[in-house]
Amino acid sequence: MTADDIRVEILDILEVIAPDEDLSNIDDAVNFRDQLELDSMDFLDIVMELRKRHRIQIPEDDYVQLASMNSTVTFLEPLMKDIVKA
Amino acid sequence: MYDTIIIGAGMSGLAAGIRLAYFDQRVCILERHYTIGGLNSFYRMRGRDYDVGLHALTNITPKGTKKGPLARLLKQLRLSRDDLNISAQLGSDIVFPGVRLRFDNDLDLLRAEIAREFPAQQENFEKLIASVVEYDDLDETHQAISARQRLAEMIPEPMLVEMLFCPLMFYGSAREHDMDWGQFSIMFRSIFMEGLGRPYAGVRLILKQLVRKFRGLGGELKLRSGVDRLAVEDGRVVGVVLENGEVLEGRRVLSSAGWPETMRMCDDGDPVTTRSAGRLSFCETIATLDVQPKDLGHDRAITFFNDSEEFTWEKSADPCDVRSGVICSPNNFAYDEPLAEGTMRITSLANFDYWQGLDEQQYQLEKLRWYDRITESAVRFVPDYRSRVLDTDMFTPTTVVRFTGHDNGAIYGTPEKQFDGRTHLENLFVCGTDQGFVGIIGSIVSGISMANQHCLRD
Repeated sequence: MTADDIRVEILDILEVIAPDEDLSNIDDAVNFRDQLELDSMDFLDIVMELRKRHRIQIPEDDYVQLASMNSTVTFLEPLMKDIVKA
Repeated sequence: MYDTIIIGAGMSGLAAGIRLAYFDQRVCILERHYTIGGLNSFYRMRGRDYDVGLHALTNITPKGTKKGPLARLLKQLRLSRDDLNISAQLGSDIVFPGVRLRFDNDLDLLRAEIAREFPAQQENFEKLIASVVEYDDLDETHQAISARQRLAEMIPEPMLVEMLFCPLMFYGSAREHDMDWGQFSIMFRSIFMEGLGRPYAGVRLILKQLVRKFRGLGGELKLRSGVDRLAVEDGRVVGVVLENGEVLEGRRVLSSAGWPETMRMCDDGDPVTTRSAGRLSFCETIATLDVQPKDLGHDRAITFFNDSEEFTWEKSADPCDVRSGVICSPNNFAYDEPLAEGTMRITSLANFDYWQGLDEQQYQLEKLRWYDRITESAVRFVPDYRSRVLDTDMFTPTTVVRFTGHDNGAIYGTPEKQFDGRTHLENLFVCGTDQGFVGIIGSIVSGISMANQHCLRD
């Protein structure tokens, strides 16, 4: 998956875990927490959805990397480069 | 080999099961009873549907609200608000001698009522709201402070304090006389700041949605499958032995059976932590009417009453404590169409030992006697509906034991909660009433958070 594919995938995950959020105007540089109503349970769900969909394991110490769209994509790029887009 | 075995198909067990099954675990829920729900269940009798447990759902925020426990649990369970088909209450009240405080799902009504009845306490009530809002329910450090002490410091008007405690204790205090500040804050927000609502079809809709979701995700549910014991070796549960002798293996066990009840299941001798069971149980009368309550002049969803200035929250000395109670009319919610028949339910504190000690014949007679007394007490606060009754039923503390397995029929479980859900065994955890949160929303949140913390991360 390319960085763009990963971004689309993360948006899809956010759509599933926070269906009431408007995701159309997300600022990729700004922390999710500052623009969406996400709590610690939701961040766990981003991790769990990635595991469910792509078998990616993210250690708890790395959850902080998922703060914003940019940091998430940067963090996931090497982990997801060999995953073929469905 | 299961990834997780869950004991109890009540709200918390089902919610935990959904979380785990959604993330592809092999999950089995074991339920001793022939039906699901535990404390919150439903039945059919003489052609009518009845609910047990649920009066109203708490934490009812307007549709689209992104914050709060209801929004959180819907997100976590991947349910939509429409799946639960919740209608808001028309309004409720708290009635003490000479004072009636009405409230609904907009805090401003309660504010105005307090301004009218207790004008000197308006500012103090605002201070109370501010400190309740400050409490972080994901941070447990304030749990142990006495709510009575904090309220006494903030509101020097004992009757108002009692009137605020009455609904919160009835809807969620396992502890006699007092509540932890944390529990008080959670309940205050749930009831006064968020609000009450109910699905048109009652608790069965919630349970059916949870079971459908769980099974749809591949979860297994075994009814009539009581757990005889948990086989323990080297600090781990190695097998779940059912009453029929079958042995199930799971990498971990999540029990909603209650703390003392779960400890007793472990076959490693003396439980490491002994803890007394709760003592607070209820009787509840249910009357089906040939008229809608509002046509008798009663439009309240819930009426909390107490017949003196002081509210007593303790194990009843009498078979039932009829000085106070909760009157619920499932009709008085803003549904699209009215329920077919009128219903009045009255809950009062009750003495488990008394009801447990009766033989079958005495039990039936005493139920009739106390049905009358409870109703007689309640109609001091709502219109007398006794000439309009089509059918009645009643549950007692022994019914609660039969459905929940909780010692003493303790509705809200043990006074001392196990907030982190851990036990002396590394792969045994507790959820539900004895973990911390109570009520339907609280139980579901408990199941979700214990599943998240202990069962998902490996």
